Amino acid sequence: MVANKLAPVLDPEEWRIIIVDRDETHYYQPGFLFIPFDIYKPADVVKPKRNFIPRNVEVIMSDIEVIEPEANRVKLMRGNQVIQYDYLVIATGSQIKPDEISGMTESGWRKNIFDFYTLEGATALSRFLKFWPGGRLVLNIAEMPIKCPVAPLEFLFLADWFFHERELRDKVELVFTTPLSGAFTKPRAAGVLGDMLAEKGIHLEADFNIGEVDNSKQVIRSHDGREIAYDLLVTIPTNMGSDVIERSDMGDELNFVPTDKHTLQSSQYENIWIIGDAGNTPTSKAGSVAHFMLDVLIENMLRHMEGLEPLPKFDGHANCFIESGFEKGILIDFNYDVEPLPGKFPLPGVGPFSLLKESAVNHWGKMSFRWIYWNILLKGGEMPFESQMSMAGKWA
Amino acid sequence: MSAVLELVEFDAEGFMNDAKAWTPEIGEAIAATLGITLTNRHWVVINFARKEFTEKGEAPSLRRITKTTDVDTKEIYQLFPGGPAKVAAKIAGLSKPTGCI
Repeated sequence: MVANKLAPVLDPEEWRIIIVDRDETHYYQPGFLFIPFDIYKPADVVKPKRNFIPRNVEVIMSDIEVIEPEANRVKLMRGNQVIQYDYLVIATGSQIKPDEISGMTESGWRKNIFDFYTLEGATALSRFLKFWPGGRLVLNIAEMPIKCPVAPLEFLFLADWFFHERELRDKVELVFTTPLSGAFTKPRAAGVLGDMLAEKGIHLEADFNIGEVDNSKQVIRSHDGREIAYDLLVTIPTNMGSDVIERSDMGDELNFVPTDKHTLQSSQYENIWIIGDAGNTPTSKAGSVAHFMLDVLIENMLRHMEGLEPLPKFDGHANCFIESGFEKGILIDFNYDVEPLPGKFPLPGVGPFSLLKESAVNHWGKMSFRWIYWNILLKGGEMPFESQMSMAGKWA
Repeated sequence: MSAVLELVEFDAEGFMNDAKAWTPEIGEAIAATLGITLTNRHWVVINFARKEFTEKGEAPSLRRITKTTDVDTKEIYQLFPGGPAKVAAKIAGLSKPTGCI
């Protein structure tokens, strides 16, 4: 997205744009959620990255050994190549670290313990669910923050629908354990979503900080001594920034890069900029956020190139469709200061999407989003609304 | 409630509104309302949390505390039962940790 935005505006006589990436494949990560329930196939969520890269941008496929911000250079794994830079944009994202939890990756991993934040995990879980006769499904969030904080709820809502469809719902117990004090991070949405969990017969175990997985007894234990039994454990392990951030000593305790939350400039280096979930900005680690960051980041980089101060324009805007099962969905829209509120989006009073409320239109919005993502967003295209959150059409 | 806390303002969840108004005595008194008697080990965590808050403007997460101080996860749960990062922030007079988004 950054390359697609910068390529047309930077003079190729003066600037070279180089993308370093370790993976030739782009994953539509929001689609992973649908794979366990056989709604999407793996082929629906992958495309080659070269389809999305503008012509005058160089691409190097390699892992990065280390970033040396003091020397303005990046050392690659491939051929020990060294790249000097004037500006660096970090988009190394976040990843799951199941090894952070004692016992998680021992005997049960991908046998009766699964993640769905990787294509491999989601696909393995899909195979497991195909012939699962039912039992106690525990969905566990290990630690906050996580990428796409609504995905665990969506997983449970979809599981409720999936087992209904297969006439297994009476044989499946659904349990949700979270380190949060409620269903979600923001109070108003936590209330609405908590009620939905209850309506669907999903048990919520709040303030549960997982200490270990004991797969010999099929229980998870919290640090304060609670035990929860499971037949099938679906986990959102600790999410951390990329290993290269740790190797480069540029991250916090979770390897997220300290970032100015309003300008998206590195807190330490003025020629380094961070987009998406690689940084420590206190907003959701979600794709919509990376999209809303894009325009602010590009404008601030261009300003910096002209010797101007960056503008504090990023407001933490996040916008998430929450799939709630039975072909319905919820939409939430919020930022650093304003929690999700009810109303209509994006046109005040008109919608067509309803905020903080279930509707079929929201579900179809979510399902058509895959097309928008591949065809508009990755290419740096515009959505028909501003990056900053609007209060129009909402009621507090 | 202890006399020390009479003039202290709290938010709906019991976190102090103004971290600057905090004193160690207020910390002791808040801990007492939670049934906790503060020891040296508690103070390691509280002092660290206050220092972090002053430097970064927010209370540290559980992981940050256990990675940076010599108090490990097991001990911190014994010191501050419930949610250690939240309970420690409460006693240290800080606003709720924003680790959860």
